[in-house]
Amino acid sequence: MDKKRIWEGIRPYVLIAPAMAGIILFVMYPVGYLIYLSLFKYNLMNKDKSKFVGLDNFTQILGRGDFYKALWNTSIYTVGVVILTMLLSLLIAVWLNKKGRFNSVVQAGIFTPHVVSIVSISLVWLWLMEPNQGLLNYIFKLVGLPPSAWLQSSKTALISVIIVSVWQAIGYYTLIIVAALQSISPSIYEAAALDNASRFKVFYKITLPMISPQLFFILIIMTIGSFKVFDTVQVMTGGGPNNATTTLVYYIYGFRTTNIGYSAATGVVLMAIIGLLTFIYFRLLSKKVHYQ
Amino acid sequence: MKTFDLKIVWTMLGYLLKAAVLMIFIFPFLWMISTSLQTFRETMTFPPTWIPASPQWGNFAEAMQAGPFLTYFRNSVVVTGSIIVLQFLIMIPAAYAFAKYKFPGKTLLFGMILLAFMIPGQVTFIPVYLMMADWGLVKTLLPQIIPFISNAFGIFLLRQYFMQIPEEIIEAARLDNASEFKIIRKIMIPMSKPALATIALFSFVSHWNDYFWPLVMTDSAAVRPLTLGIAMLRETEGISNWHIIMAGNVILVVPILLVYVFCSKHIVKAFVYSGIK
Repeated sequence: MDKKRIWEGIRPYVLIAPAMAGIILFVMYPVGYLIYLSLFKYNLMNKDKSKFVGLDNFTQILGRGDFYKALWNTSIYTVGVVILTMLLSLLIAVWLNKKGRFNSVVQAGIFTPHVVSIVSISLVWLWLMEPNQGLLNYIFKLVGLPPSAWLQSSKTALISVIIVSVWQAIGYYTLIIVAALQSISPSIYEAAALDNASRFKVFYKITLPMISPQLFFILIIMTIGSFKVFDTVQVMTGGGPNNATTTLVYYIYGFRTTNIGYSAATGVVLMAIIGLLTFIYFRLLSKKVHYQ
Repeated sequence: MKTFDLKIVWTMLGYLLKAAVLMIFIFPFLWMISTSLQTFRETMTFPPTWIPASPQWGNFAEAMQAGPFLTYFRNSVVVTGSIIVLQFLIMIPAAYAFAKYKFPGKTLLFGMILLAFMIPGQVTFIPVYLMMADWGLVKTLLPQIIPFISNAFGIFLLRQYFMQIPEEIIEAARLDNASEFKIIRKIMIPMSKPALATIALFSFVSHWNDYFWPLVMTDSAAVRPLTLGIAMLRETEGISNWHIIMAGNVILVVPILLVYVFCSKHIVKAFVYSGIK
């Protein structure tokens, strides 16, 4: 009997032990290790030669132009992707909201890029954006627009990467918004119709507030997700031309073998930024959001 | 009568516009397939060749010869498959304990899982790589597998699902002297199939497509997955051989597109469900 009691006491811990071990070993411990590394001038070849430098790496980060460039690029990328994706997916979602066969086909179609690897997407768009043989410049020519250098010029490279990211993301967010729209009770709209409210007013006063929790969710997920951007940049531009598309993660990646301590310190900064963004969002916006 | 005509015109315009939007998202993939069957000359002509004069199936063979693609493919299958199987073995008992047991420290431990969910691999990859190197694992597939076997998001989702399964059913089984293991196997798993399918599809799509993690965790062709192999085609084939690069790309995309076509409803549901909850 006693044995059974003891077993019942430890049973939950046994069941969660493998999961907790994985999380501690591959998430919690690495975070601590990252902070530890950020305080060192780390020597990859000979660990004993690593030198404790305190906050030197961090002061170095704050004094370096290339870090600010990466931070700036990431911020522009994030603002661009978040605004464009939110506007376009809201627009498409409201447009495709009605149930129907063709609408679901279109929805499934615009979602397709989301299940395909970023590598494939980046390669296809590299080909479309090829300045001389690429299809986009051909279409530009057809409609009488001047050709663009797309990824080859530091003026247009970042916006080109933003276009690809938005193109890939729209389908997912459209579906989330459609699901939100369809969960709104029709009786609310019927009441508005009785009051002869204009379509714009219905959208602004009913639809938007009703789906604000989902919009809030999208805002958070997309902002944090955009701050982690790497794959598109790595495949499409390699951070170039002239560092025009170097983002924070690409910056961290660039130093991973040459200067681990500095790279780790930048990782700590990125983690702090992501944490801060999450915190601010929840603080500022959660009160303004209408929860059902 | 006139308003009726106008209505038809509007509906037709709506369909046309929808078809146009659909093309914006589908066309790049069609163009990828078209290019993969063109000759080098055809890729270089202007105006572009829409449909290749004679499909160049040899492009695929050439792409496959640019690297050890069978190895890449096997690596992708092994890594993705192992992650899914191991995730399930670890996640189900954990989610069950978090959903159905009371124990000291539960809130704290579950909080750690939620926290882990928010810390991205793009932040922790350097320390994880160093750990793997210390353990002598970088020449194996393990660095691509073991960091993912504890799926914080999956545990969270499955716990929510388990909590909805009524306590009475479990109590009745216990009265019949069913072991906890049997309860998990005979009640919890069959009753949460939609959630399990969601997590499995989600894992499959994200790990089959992953690029960042294998890129930072591997340094030899023997352990690289398909995504890295395809991305490297540009280096081995030269940046202007678009027909070969797109042929490789087709090899990477087609399996996932087939899965998507056959279970698009489930995949879409899986993504939307995980997004809203």
